[in-house]
Amino acid sequence: MNPKDSDIYRRLADRGLTPEQEQRLLSEIESGGRHGLPVKNSREPEYPNDIYAFNDPGLLQDFAIPPESNYALCLKSLDELLERDKLREKDGFPRKIRVGRLIKPGKGDQSKVVVVPTTVEEKFIHDRVKAPDEEEGLGGSGEGEEGEVIGEQPVREADGSGAGPGQGESGPHEMESSAYDLGKLLTEKFELPNLKDKGKKRSLTRYTYDMTDRNRGFGQILDKKATLKKIVETNIHLGNLPDVSDIDPGRFLIAPRDKVYRVLSREKDYESQAIVFFLRDYSGSMSGNPTQLVVSQHVMIYSWLLFQYEKQVESRFILHDTEAKEVPDFYTYYNSRVAGGTRVASAFRLVNEIVEAESLVKDYNIYVFHGTDGDDWDTDGKQTIPEIKQMLTYVNRLGVTIAEHGVGPLNRTEVERYLKASGLLEEKEDIIRLDAMPSDSDETRVIEGIKKLISMEKVSRLSEEF
Amino acid sequence: MELIDQHTKKIMEGCKRRAYDAGLRFQDETLEYIVTNRDMIELSPKVMIPTLYDYWVHDVEVLKEKGRYELYPGNPYETVINTRPAISFYNDNNPDWMNVMIFYHVLAHIDFFQNNAYFRSTWDYDFTGVALSDKRTIARLRSEKGRWLDYVIEFTRGIDNLVGYHRSLSDVLRPVPGTSKRMDYYFDIFLQKEKKVRINEYVQEIERYNQYIETYGEFGEESFFSEIKNRYPEFETMFEKQSEKKAVQITDLIEFLLDRSEFLKKEENIWMRSVIGIVRKTSLFFQPQIRTKIINEGWASYWHDTLFLMDDRIQGHEVDYARVNAHVTSIPRVGLNPYALGMRLFQHLEETADKGKISYEFERIKNVDERKKFDKHTGKGKEFIFRVRENLSDFMFINTFIDQDFIDKHRLFVAGKRLNQSRMVWEYYVKSRKAEDYKAMVLDSMYHPPYIEVNEEKTNRDTLYLVHRFENKPLVSDYIANTMLGIEYLWDGEVKLETHEVASIRKHETEDSSGMLIEEAAPEVFWEKVLYTMKNRRLSKRKL
Repeated sequence: MNPKDSDIYRRLADRGLTPEQEQRLLSEIESGGRHGLPVKNSREPEYPNDIYAFNDPGLLQDFAIPPESNYALCLKSLDELLERDKLREKDGFPRKIRVGRLIKPGKGDQSKVVVVPTTVEEKFIHDRVKAPDEEEGLGGSGEGEEGEVIGEQPVREADGSGAGPGQGESGPHEMESSAYDLGKLLTEKFELPNLKDKGKKRSLTRYTYDMTDRNRGFGQILDKKATLKKIVETNIHLGNLPDVSDIDPGRFLIAPRDKVYRVLSREKDYESQAIVFFLRDYSGSMSGNPTQLVVSQHVMIYSWLLFQYEKQVESRFILHDTEAKEVPDFYTYYNSRVAGGTRVASAFRLVNEIVEAESLVKDYNIYVFHGTDGDDWDTDGKQTIPEIKQMLTYVNRLGVTIAEHGVGPLNRTEVERYLKASGLLEEKEDIIRLDAMPSDSDETRVIEGIKKLISMEKVSRLSEEF
Repeated sequence: MELIDQHTKKIMEGCKRRAYDAGLRFQDETLEYIVTNRDMIELSPKVMIPTLYDYWVHDVEVLKEKGRYELYPGNPYETVINTRPAISFYNDNNPDWMNVMIFYHVLAHIDFFQNNAYFRSTWDYDFTGVALSDKRTIARLRSEKGRWLDYVIEFTRGIDNLVGYHRSLSDVLRPVPGTSKRMDYYFDIFLQKEKKVRINEYVQEIERYNQYIETYGEFGEESFFSEIKNRYPEFETMFEKQSEKKAVQITDLIEFLLDRSEFLKKEENIWMRSVIGIVRKTSLFFQPQIRTKIINEGWASYWHDTLFLMDDRIQGHEVDYARVNAHVTSIPRVGLNPYALGMRLFQHLEETADKGKISYEFERIKNVDERKKFDKHTGKGKEFIFRVRENLSDFMFINTFIDQDFIDKHRLFVAGKRLNQSRMVWEYYVKSRKAEDYKAMVLDSMYHPPYIEVNEEKTNRDTLYLVHRFENKPLVSDYIANTMLGIEYLWDGEVKLETHEVASIRKHETEDSSGMLIEEAAPEVFWEKVLYTMKNRRLSKRKL
């Protein structure tokens, strides 16, 4: 048991807890997980039992089947596909295209995401009936008595790591896209709203004038080095430079076009427009689906902002359990394993501190998105609410996503409860938004959630839509 | 895509000669193309048929959720397609020795396509040619009808796994010369359904017929029926009426819709009929392929192994070959490889038939030692496996020939996978080494679409009533709504589907001392019958 967690737990217990709360707290403390990046186990056994997964081109000739699609090849049709998909609704049929299996953050390169337009061809097909913790029989061969265990495989999902989207299965079928394209896609095809105040608050660009452009023949300042290069080039072409070891510049022929000048020109100087903080709860209870949902959503939001601000977006990533820490890249943010207890306040406090220390308010539009499963040891938000209030003084939008666990009725998580009780959601509805969804939601729901979080419309009007 | 060069073609021709000498039979003309990865991107969604009709789903990654994809295998990707001439596809940089091996594999596939009875209905035409003309039809209609054409394709494809493949096959596989239709009708329908005669009367009738044949030879049947005319004066008229009715025989849901849907008979919807027909025809074409995966790959692997080892061109590449061949045909420790299983089963059958073990005489021997020593030196092994490749599908191949001797020989077993909760690992363990269990496991992993038929009694002008025959398996519930939506569109009326769903599962387990769950018996599944109704594009469900 983590001594810090148990310390907090003892203090909370002194103040009195309901039995359910106590149980939840203890289960988080005792989950025995540990933060850190998952270690890729390359020796992990693969046991295919699908006879139709084997094929001649792949097995005999090393063709990739299905072949790796090329992103550029598919994008053309993607637009058409989505256009057509929109028409389906008009024709009275449900939409069929899903944008799924996102995110494959590589280390260092933050903006790599994967867009896979997927669909299913629905047919009447047989399902299997099986107990959840026993899979049906597989083929096998070799030594071993009946009943003997011949191998094992770690249950990766159980510790919440590596279970994220983009891992495993679909492998090479995906096509990679830049986050910018995804943002475009989300904005245009899924009708995510455009930012209404785009470019109003601060000028997007400013111009500087500099002697950067080059011009041949005439201009303001002669660029001597470039000119000399040109002259040498010309003379080589003319055969006027017979021996490189013995160059006599006096014999050079100089054409007027060889003179390279610098001219004054107007340069666009982009200013970083937005900074977005992604906050994620990585406590023990986030294991599995909630983590996936939150991270998928954050990637999409990031992409959308990237598009809205013409790529002028900086992102910061913060993970928290009972304490918060900033992590350097999306890869770490996305892949970090879950463990420990939950104190939402810590993350908000860290953001406030960062914004203060780096005086970000002056230069940036600030967005904060927080993803959690709704558990908070600070059950009534005594610490969290003040931090949020402070944050609301400077952010453009604070979006809280709650991926609720299957148990219990919806809208009953602690974070949701105290946020509602605080009245902030109504009072400041143009800045703070909350979206609670069940943790088994699909991509469509996630995208709708984004609409809710980033929309400029009033919540009351939105709620009619959803 | 370009043809292979003359040097490689020469290698292919050499392989053909040797394969032919070994007993394989195939059309002599074949086409071999070099394909790039880019070609494969375009070919693979079209199941390697370059001329297949265009459809937008081919441009999208079809979601293959793990597990679910196993239930719903697509058509196998092949290096060679079942066309006339057979077309096969190759990587640009295969070394010559490897091409020899692949050519043998491909030739055995071609032999299988052209001799296995399940492919009977694909023998008389070239599918690429038909597909090309269909592709043009669809392209033309798409330019006229736009996205509505794609809806028709989509909705028909929704039910294209229910095509009456076996029924259509039974028509082409009538033994020739068969019995006359009159006789079929008399014995199969007239006596059994109309007259409802008792069994001993029925047997007597057969006996009497045989006597007529014996006595009067080729006039036997005629004289037999002239006597019947006296006994049942109504027989002839009933027979004639029956043969008229039989002219249009409806074999599946798609045909039923074509025949009975008022919507599809409307003037403005006539074009849909050809689209539906194309989708059905295409589906039918691929049916034999997906039902012969193990036997076909086994046959091809058996032959590339046999022929390449005898080929002098292997010299210097024995180790290379061993590596590649092991990759293709080794039996995995856990998992199921159709190449490995099929090849070993063919080898096993050849050996047992050589020894004369596939006989009643051998079956009667119970003594293990005697069974082992049994050898009649019949030399009929090759002949036997050729008969197997001619007549069997995956199901019959596995169901008939997997026996304990085979399982023991290759030390096969059914592996189980269970969760060890204390250590949080999946454990793989040897679940059973019984042939019956292994057989059941393989059969369970095979393609098996549900059997859904129209209940004509409950179907009327407005309502189409479908019944899913219960086989201890539910349908994937997520897919029911959209599939029925499609049928409703084509039928233009209410659609009902009767099926079974799992009500509850009771597990029989106890925990042992270490906290491991021990399964005492297979979990008991309780079923309930439900009726889905799709009306005005809304799905509802009620228990029956």
